[in-house]
Amino acid sequence: MLYIFCPHCGSRSQNEFVYGGDATVKRPELNKEISDQDWDNFVYLRKSPRGKHLELWHHISGCRQWIKVERDTSTHEIFKTYKADELTE
Amino acid sequence: MSQDFRLDKIGMVNRNKKISFTFNGKKYFGYEGDTIASALIANGVHLVGRSFKYHRPRGFFGVGVDEPYAILQLERNNERDPNIRATEQEIFEGLEVKSVNCWPSVNFDIGAINNFLKMFFPAGFYYKTFMWPPSFWYKIYEPFIRMAAGFGEASIKHDKERYEHKYEYCDLLITGSGPSGLASAYAAAKNGARVILAEDKPRYGGSLLTSDVNIGNQTGVEWSEKIITELKSMSNVIVKNRSQVFGYYDHNMLVMSERIGDHLPKTQKYLPKQRLWYIRAKEVLISSGSIERPLVFGNNDTPGVMLSSAAKEYMKVYGVLVGKKPLIFTNNDSGYETAIEFKKNGVNPLILDTRKEPSSDIISEAKNLGIEIKFSHVVVAAKGYKKVKSADIAKISDNKKDLSNIENIECDCICVSGFWTPSIHLASQSGNKSEFNEKIDAFIPKKSKQKENTIGSANGKFTLEETINEAFNKGYEVSNNITENNNKVSIPTVVEKKSTEHDKFWCVPLPKGKSYKRFLDFQNDVAVTDIELALREGFRSIEHVKRYTTLGMATDQGKTSNLNGLQLVSDIENKVVPQVGHTTFRPPYTPVSIGAIVGREVGKHSKPTRKSPMHDWHEKNNAVFVDAGVWLRPRYYKQGNETLFEASKREAKNVRKNVGVCDVTTLGKIDVKGPDAAEFLNRVYTNAWLKLPVGKARYGVMLREDGIVMDDGTTTRISENHYHMTTTTAQAANVLSHLEYYLQLVWPELNVNVVSTTEQWAGAAIAGPNSRALLMKLFTNTDVSNEALPFMGYKEADLFGIPAKIYRISFSGELAYEVNVESDYGNFMWEKIIEVGKEFQIQPYGTEALSTLRIEMGHVAGSELDGRTIPHDASLEGLVSKKKDFIGKRSLGRSAFIKPDREKIVGVVPLDKTTSIPEGSYIVKDPKAKLPNPKLGHVSASCWSVEYDNPFSLAIIKDGKNMIGQKLFAMSPLKNKTIPVEIVSSHYVDPEGKRVRA
Repeated sequence: MLYIFCPHCGSRSQNEFVYGGDATVKRPELNKEISDQDWDNFVYLRKSPRGKHLELWHHISGCRQWIKVERDTSTHEIFKTYKADELTE
Repeated sequence: MSQDFRLDKIGMVNRNKKISFTFNGKKYFGYEGDTIASALIANGVHLVGRSFKYHRPRGFFGVGVDEPYAILQLERNNERDPNIRATEQEIFEGLEVKSVNCWPSVNFDIGAINNFLKMFFPAGFYYKTFMWPPSFWYKIYEPFIRMAAGFGEASIKHDKERYEHKYEYCDLLITGSGPSGLASAYAAAKNGARVILAEDKPRYGGSLLTSDVNIGNQTGVEWSEKIITELKSMSNVIVKNRSQVFGYYDHNMLVMSERIGDHLPKTQKYLPKQRLWYIRAKEVLISSGSIERPLVFGNNDTPGVMLSSAAKEYMKVYGVLVGKKPLIFTNNDSGYETAIEFKKNGVNPLILDTRKEPSSDIISEAKNLGIEIKFSHVVVAAKGYKKVKSADIAKISDNKKDLSNIENIECDCICVSGFWTPSIHLASQSGNKSEFNEKIDAFIPKKSKQKENTIGSANGKFTLEETINEAFNKGYEVSNNITENNNKVSIPTVVEKKSTEHDKFWCVPLPKGKSYKRFLDFQNDVAVTDIELALREGFRSIEHVKRYTTLGMATDQGKTSNLNGLQLVSDIENKVVPQVGHTTFRPPYTPVSIGAIVGREVGKHSKPTRKSPMHDWHEKNNAVFVDAGVWLRPRYYKQGNETLFEASKREAKNVRKNVGVCDVTTLGKIDVKGPDAAEFLNRVYTNAWLKLPVGKARYGVMLREDGIVMDDGTTTRISENHYHMTTTTAQAANVLSHLEYYLQLVWPELNVNVVSTTEQWAGAAIAGPNSRALLMKLFTNTDVSNEALPFMGYKEADLFGIPAKIYRISFSGELAYEVNVESDYGNFMWEKIIEVGKEFQIQPYGTEALSTLRIEMGHVAGSELDGRTIPHDASLEGLVSKKKDFIGKRSLGRSAFIKPDREKIVGVVPLDKTTSIPEGSYIVKDPKAKLPNPKLGHVSASCWSVEYDNPFSLAIIKDGKNMIGQKLFAMSPLKNKTIPVEIVSSHYVDPEGKRVRA
């Protein structure tokens, strides 16, 4: 079970969190023309990298904040965690 | 009752307390502190089971977790516990155990015929023997294999025992209370660290319990008792016995199973049988010790052949002799310690040492005691079927290849020692890549992957002095890093006998013309010939050899078999062991009860039960409940001998005719607040929200980004910047997460907050033509007329002194209101509604009537919004704004979503007006078409229309818009029914929606 540092609450066990997917995906802006291909990429296509990955976790049984976690997908090492609005390196 | 093999003056069992138990129906006795193994050996019983494949007789090989054979079935409080190790299970009064894998009995086992059919059971036999002809598989092979597979028999009864989970945090977890565990725990605890010390046996001390050593002028036993007593008295230390740390997981999470009641006749009232500890440790010291390695020779699986360290422990801890004519077969000094112990207890052993001319303190002591020793000698084969009766021994040449002077000598047990294997399982599980140490011919942990260090003999340190020094220093060092304290305790002086090098010899060659089975893996019946065959057949990777031959599998996890197997593979391949590598050690290190893994979360406790504040009233009024997610909701209120069908019809009719009340507390409720709330709702919902006035409600649909409907519900503008959103019961949690996602990550610039208020409000839906009349009597101070409180209006009102909120919304399609009060007043509100409603013929209605009412109105719910439908499919396209953008809008233009014959919701009525259509039925054009019949769609919900008194269903079918009026068929292959139907509008009752506005 992972031990995730929530920037709001401190280190908490994984079972307080829900995984939320790739944190690098940016939603296209509202009311803006977008090609079918770009929209499809946003809705459906995700990379599944081996190694460092910036991902979203929702601290659902804690502060209910979405946070960004930089984690190695093969070793589970967590390098850094960020608040939702914090700039990532 | 005398025990022939019990020693009087030695052992740690409590001689004042005799305990009787039965084994295979026969009564035996032992003493408090005995295991099943020690008590049976004391009674001269060695035959306890049959082996897995060949059904060869099985005795005891080890003394603890290392035991590969003696696996028994335990009966306790009329329940069965399969696969318990006789060497670990302590006896208690009335214990009943029996052998497994034998029929009709352990003494006469029909399955032993396999031993003579070995040619059918070579390595990988399950890929070979049972392959042809294919038709034999189903009727002959599979039942045969099923019968033969596995050891014990699991109980099919509900396990009434209690198991618990516990979460714990500590600075330092130490696994094993041998010399290194005790020393490091003591050093760390004295330096202020929070320490957990776990010991899998009932007694602390590990090897100190059996070795003849001196620490700080005390015997090993005295020293360990002193340290444990002091550790137990410290508030920063948790000391646990009968507790096995069996798994090392990510981020220094370790799991330990504590056996609390397994050794007691009955579980204590306030204690669980077992407790599973999830321990998050800042640092871990693995002090799990080492396991003696077997030597490989002919028939080395015969009962009576066992590890020499086990024989010593049976004497020193349990006061039990494993034999009276022992043969010690060793390649190192450890065997001598066992021989000396035998001699001290009046038994004359014979030592066969594979080495030519070793010399050390221990060997000299053995010589001085007059123990007979034969150097350069080996056991060729054990003789005897159910128990060792004699052994063929021989002189072995210096190059260890040739045997000479083979002779048979009488003996009743053979104690073997092939040196020691560190238990590196936990380190390996943490990700530590081990390295091969030539000096000890075994793997030891290398670089720590997680926050873990291995100490003592688990780290290949086999002298006590090295171990104690390393452990004291590590305990201090690790604790100093965490606590930054500098309290260093002094390291005691150690006195021990010096030993000399071991012999790398491990496998006795076969004499000419003999084909003895020489076993490597005792639990899985893997012999030397099996490994040889696997390699001949081309298996090279050790992982493949393992899977093909089953070497090191199952509960044994290579504890005794691993290294000898690797040695053999390396010898045949002309490699060295590190080139071959070892197989992966997987958790659990020892078997764990399923009950302990599950814990308390069984049956009703597997998830929480949520009840509305009016639950007690429903219960008192004969409600029959249904699980709605984790909520319990009244399905119907039973009157007399009514069936579900009759009751729901009565309740629904009463709503259409008079007035009904339904508990809608379970609906999800979310407060949306902030200056940008309207803008936010406008982006979340498909319809327009910017112009909704205060005091008005609006129905909304929200999509996922892929265009699929996520949820629907009404949202009311309570004040300028305050909205009250409702969701369906099932989606409440998902919708909240969805809103938080967009507010925190996508549009953080919006000044809006959301919070769940589901449990703050109790809700009652009052529906039916009499509902306004009832409301006028409930809220006497408030104007609830059609003009003052129109459809989709909202008002705050006073309910007999209690503040209430009235929403004029309707799911039933009747004139209806939803009244909310704070949860604590829920029951008061409900009782008032029932009391005042009497004169209007009010009746409570449950979810079944609620479904009927919404289905015949064509209102969609979860069965239509099933994660596959877009607004169009549910006839909600009118709510999709063309002007503004919202979540998922871009996806609605996808080609599959705009094709002309896109699925749409319709109503379905059987032509005979009497046959109900099963939910899930297919709608087809031709019932006799060739299968698979091309389907137009499926029936999503069915009811008995109380308005027209005939069955009515909703279906989502291809080109639904143009299907109305057509005669089709509803087919249910499951119920074997084909029903001619007519397609009608989904708005079956009051299609103009006059009633809700009345």
